[in-house]
Amino acid sequence: MTIGLEHYLVLSAILFSIGLYGALAKHNAIVILMSIEIMLSAVNIALVAFSGYVVPTALTGQVFALFAMAVAAAETAVGLAIIISIYRNKETIDANKIDLMKW
Amino acid sequence: MGQVIGFWVFAVAIIGAALGVVLLKNVFRAAVLLVGCFLGVAGIFILLSADFLAAMQILIYIGAISILIILAIMLTREVASGSPSNKFQIPALVIAALFCTGVVYAILNTSWQITAVPPPATTTSNLGNKLFSKDGFILPVEIIPTVLLATILGAIVLVKDKKK
Repeated sequence: MTIGLEHYLVLSAILFSIGLYGALAKHNAIVILMSIEIMLSAVNIALVAFSGYVVPTALTGQVFALFAMAVAAAETAVGLAIIISIYRNKETIDANKIDLMKW
Repeated sequence: MGQVIGFWVFAVAIIGAALGVVLLKNVFRAAVLLVGCFLGVAGIFILLSADFLAAMQILIYIGAISILIILAIMLTREVASGSPSNKFQIPALVIAALFCTGVVYAILNTSWQITAVPPPATTTSNLGNKLFSKDGFILPVEIIPTVLLATILGAIVLVKDKKK
């Protein structure tokens, strides 16, 4: 058997679903952020797989994956800064207890 | 043949590590497994002949993001209380499973237009030309530093000690 585009896409879909479950079902804000990183990695796999199998010479998918990486790094930095700031004020990073803006 | 073996090894490693991140009670072990997950993704990039992206994956994700996450875990001292699931565990599982089934069904029932053109052996110079040429992605390349500058300023302002 050979490895085709579908293999990479199914791997990406499974990885994205694992990240989605983690982001929805976890208390700890840092674990939620880690799940979001898993989801972004899954998207990068799909982008690079499309780039390699559909337009191998254009490399557009790889350029998009590079931008996704840069934005993911920025998102993690700001997210962790917010989490540390909340921890200083409330002594917890439990996402269910952070309800300052709850109506 | 090597590609087949490599794909299955990396795929099993990535999914096992990702399940560990989501299911383990110890937050620090979850962060270490996240590094393993990123390493597996870098291997998948190498299999897809995206060498520059694999290097960037290791530099940015493993070198920077993992260190940031581990630092934040150390600073917040929530390792003892672990990472329990909340009351939405079952609905979240159902939503994730439904999403996965739907997407996999759509992937397997679409006829993708795959070309037989072999991918270029090395991508770095092609990526550079693509990013910095006039009809390429020069505008996004100039926007990204603005985003990064805003991120640096925002992170500094957010974690600055305001009591002084």
